[in-house]
Amino acid sequence: MADAPTSSASDPQARVDPVPRETHIDERTGELRQETMIINMGPQHPSTHGVLRLLLELDGETVIRCTPIIGYLHTGIEKNTEYRTWMQGVTYVTRADYLAPFFNELGYCLAVERLLGIEAPARAQVIRVLMNELNRISSHLVWLATGGMELGAVSVMLYGFRERELLLDIFEEATGLRMNHAYIRIGGVIMDLPDEGVPHIERFLEEMPARIDDYERLLDENPIWLERNVGVGMLSADEALSLGVTGPMLRAAGVAADVRKDEPYCGYETYDFQVPVGTGADAYTRYRLRIEEMRESMKIVRQCLDRLEPGPVMVQDPKVAWPAKLSVGPDGIGNDPAYIRHIMEESMEALIHHFKMVTEGVEVPAGEVYQAVESPRGELGFYVVSDGGHRPYRVKIRDPSFANLQAVPAMVEGSLVADTIAAIASLDPVMGGVDR
Amino acid sequence: MTPAELAERIRVRCPDTVVARGDVSTIVERDDLLETLAWLRDDDDLSLGFCSSVTATDWPGSDPRLWVAYELRSIEHRHRLRVKVGLADGDAHVPTVSSLYPTANWHERETRDFYGIEFDGHPNLRPLMLPEGWDGFPLLKTEELGGVNTRFEGAFIPPVDTRTTTT
Amino acid sequence: MPVERLEGVHLGKAPEEVEEEVRRGVLLTTLDRAVGWARKQSMWPATFGLACCAIEMMSAGAGRYDLSRWGMELFRASPRQADLMIVAGRVSQKMAPVLRRVYDQMPEPRWVISMGVCASAGGMFTNYAIVQGVDTIVPVDVYVPGCPPKPEMLMHGILKLHEKVRTTEPFK
Repeated sequence: MADAPTSSASDPQARVDPVPRETHIDERTGELRQETMIINMGPQHPSTHGVLRLLLELDGETVIRCTPIIGYLHTGIEKNTEYRTWMQGVTYVTRADYLAPFFNELGYCLAVERLLGIEAPARAQVIRVLMNELNRISSHLVWLATGGMELGAVSVMLYGFRERELLLDIFEEATGLRMNHAYIRIGGVIMDLPDEGVPHIERFLEEMPARIDDYERLLDENPIWLERNVGVGMLSADEALSLGVTGPMLRAAGVAADVRKDEPYCGYETYDFQVPVGTGADAYTRYRLRIEEMRESMKIVRQCLDRLEPGPVMVQDPKVAWPAKLSVGPDGIGNDPAYIRHIMEESMEALIHHFKMVTEGVEVPAGEVYQAVESPRGELGFYVVSDGGHRPYRVKIRDPSFANLQAVPAMVEGSLVADTIAAIASLDPVMGGVDR
Repeated sequence: MTPAELAERIRVRCPDTVVARGDVSTIVERDDLLETLAWLRDDDDLSLGFCSSVTATDWPGSDPRLWVAYELRSIEHRHRLRVKVGLADGDAHVPTVSSLYPTANWHERETRDFYGIEFDGHPNLRPLMLPEGWDGFPLLKTEELGGVNTRFEGAFIPPVDTRTTTT
Repeated sequence: MPVERLEGVHLGKAPEEVEEEVRRGVLLTTLDRAVGWARKQSMWPATFGLACCAIEMMSAGAGRYDLSRWGMELFRASPRQADLMIVAGRVSQKMAPVLRRVYDQMPEPRWVISMGVCASAGGMFTNYAIVQGVDTIVPVDVYVPGCPPKPEMLMHGILKLHEKVRTTEPFK
């Protein structure tokens, strides 16, 4: 079953003795060895982080071979974007990696803006970075919550989701939705922050550091947490690079690779932040890295709030800008009544323009770009091809979890089944991104 | 290296290299693919040792019809390159790069699922995203979007308004 | 429970038979109501979270929107121990046989909530990869629209299901 590759640097034979056909007594350990058992974990399973299926060949409790089987959430997002306008592509693409929707939207919009040759206004860039970093914190909280629950620490699940609710309140106030916002659009963001938005985020920044301290106090030196995570899911730097792994998985192995520092976008080069890098290459190191990343994200959010200047949030070019003045009201997102009066009663040209922009949308010159952003799971890339029309020609989402999942056999073969769960939890895959 | 410098270095060996919208991309022939990628990976100044993605685009009506795109990245030097190979209609096969970049294993399986491109020498070219036994290659431009009048495993799912409810 | 005596109503039968039937009917009605009440009181969902709606379902089970107030915080991993399957998320063609098999493994009485527009009708993904409505595979009791529905919307759907269960005759 030679499915996923293992590089020569990690010879699985070095970890586990080959199991022969007949029952015999192992000279080294003195235990009785028999034939292996092939069992199926998933796709409906509480601990596989979504619809992931693992075909495990077990010798007792030890995993000899592991084959991940994906495709149970394949949604055809890439094909669907070819049949809708460019702006509608944002709503499709945002549901790929559904725990980090702002990152999907940002990558797509940056790619399309490069094709158009425009840049979003300064305030929009700052709001984009602000929302992205808040999303990074909420994604890491879900990782901590589900990871803790899978390892048996059920209270961590409740704490993680409690903190996440604070962030979802901010998102709901700013964008109208708790998830899958379609807030970052081509040319900027669709709505400005509401009046109570900034004080709300500042209150969050005051409360959150104490909560992260709570997590550290609970888990950092917890003997059970250490037993389950230290030395589990080892993935060296060579293995990781050859298997295409990015994000905290790669940084835990000592490679300082982060798209925000290597190829900055949205003004990231002007923000003062560190990228935590560890050398343990195990699940515990990844846990420490993600906690540190949450703190660094809060630093960036603080800098974003400090540098917010009044200004437009959507590019002014009438051929690109979304023709509406939206805001979040008590019953959802709505248009400004003065704008509606303008297009319905005052100006016929404005109505025609509004109609054309909404139904046909922006026209993007022919070409192709690849835009990468740093999502909580690694390098999220968008390969966008345009043929000069009103619809995308090809949108390929390079999802970090898709590449990271290839590393599962390398991490897991030779260890126990329970360590498999801990290793996959530390990988933090989101099957929506893997299968798209 | 800046995109312009990178393009200059690569143009020496692959003349069809352009810089567009900040991206460097080069077109190579199918027969030179493995050699060129090995050189791109092992050269010290280029060291494009990280493969981000392998995918394809379908341009029906033009020759070559299918274009396979390899996104390469250098972590040390912080630059990127796109390598493209054109495949004619009816001749959709290309050597696998999973011996050079093991991460391309799944990317190539996915591309085969969607476009029908055979990757010669791939260790395990089974369906990845689509169920076994799927008929056709969905992302080709000649295939419909689907969702109505879908056929799978002998079942036929009609459009929503003609369906009766099941209890 | 006070017995309602139907004075002066002729059901076409002898008064003693009528009284016997009424007494039996009231007993069974009481039993129906008791069983209906018991079934809805602590309905255990099976874990069938697929995509984005699964995260909202987990939020519904977490601290702020507490499903535990109806005894439903215990998501059973094994379908044999579950009463309710909340299909939360988009069902792809590859996942459809798995969904049907999990549903078949659930013992009676069982109910299905289709959470989100993707499970109810295919959602925004009218394409080759997504089953256009999970009711083509399993019978659905309550459809909860939304993309994704807020936990409060899911709770509204669950309460509607509770009403349906409470007022259904269990023994036909």
